Amino acid sequence: MKISEVLELCNARLVCGDDRTGNEVLSAFSSDLMSDVLMLPAQKILLITGLCNIQTIRTAEMADIRCILFVRNKKASEEMKQLARENGLVIMETPFSLFRASGLLFARGLSPVY
Amino acid sequence: MVIEQQYFVKGGDFSRAGIASSETRKLLKQLGISPEKIRNIVIALYEAEMNIVAHAREGTIRISITRDSILMLLEDQGPGIPDIEQAMKEGFSTASSKVREMGFGAGMGLNNMKRNTDLLEITSTVGTGTTVRMINYF
Repeated sequence: MKISEVLELCNARLVCGDDRTGNEVLSAFSSDLMSDVLMLPAQKILLITGLCNIQTIRTAEMADIRCILFVRNKKASEEMKQLARENGLVIMETPFSLFRASGLLFARGLSPVY
Repeated sequence: MVIEQQYFVKGGDFSRAGIASSETRKLLKQLGISPEKIRNIVIALYEAEMNIVAHAREGTIRISITRDSILMLLEDQGPGIPDIEQAMKEGFSTASSKVREMGFGAGMGLNNMKRNTDLLEITSTVGTGTTVRMINYF
């Protein structure tokens, strides 16, 4: 699924990565537990999370996750955006809940990791 | 070829946690190490770095990179681990609520370090600190 489609389906706002909305994500993982995120296999994963702090960005950096969707209107701080830009991450923010965003994307064919 | 780096890690400083791992990642990329190997190395290192921030007063991380391997030596001054075998069990955790708020402390870190390294050795003295030695081959 293209990142532009994720934005549209989740009524999301693009915060970082304007030049990457044409990129694809192959699957998605919804979690607030970064320990779980660090155990994911390497592939083009969209991370959907309500955990919005600098370690969310760090975790994505280490796990080679290029795309994050923050739910429930969680706002990335300037420090987070800066780090995301340095690492070429796409950051989006949606007003929807974790459940709703995940459900919408799943229904449109985005695969779960497990 | 031997490249050596050293980082100081302050306990409780969550905003700076991960900097040593991030710098190491950049260095390995510059050296042309494969993305899959880099991913394993930095995930293990990040878990170990987070453990210093989460549990210890302070610590140092020493990185030595040779032509065919990376050695990661993490030494902290902190409470130590009374029972390493128990700490290795998935789900066992002594993390504070602050650590859990950051999305960690689920009792999975040590296992994940083992999964991602070719060699993991942990030695610890209660009341003094913990030493973690990890090696990955390229």
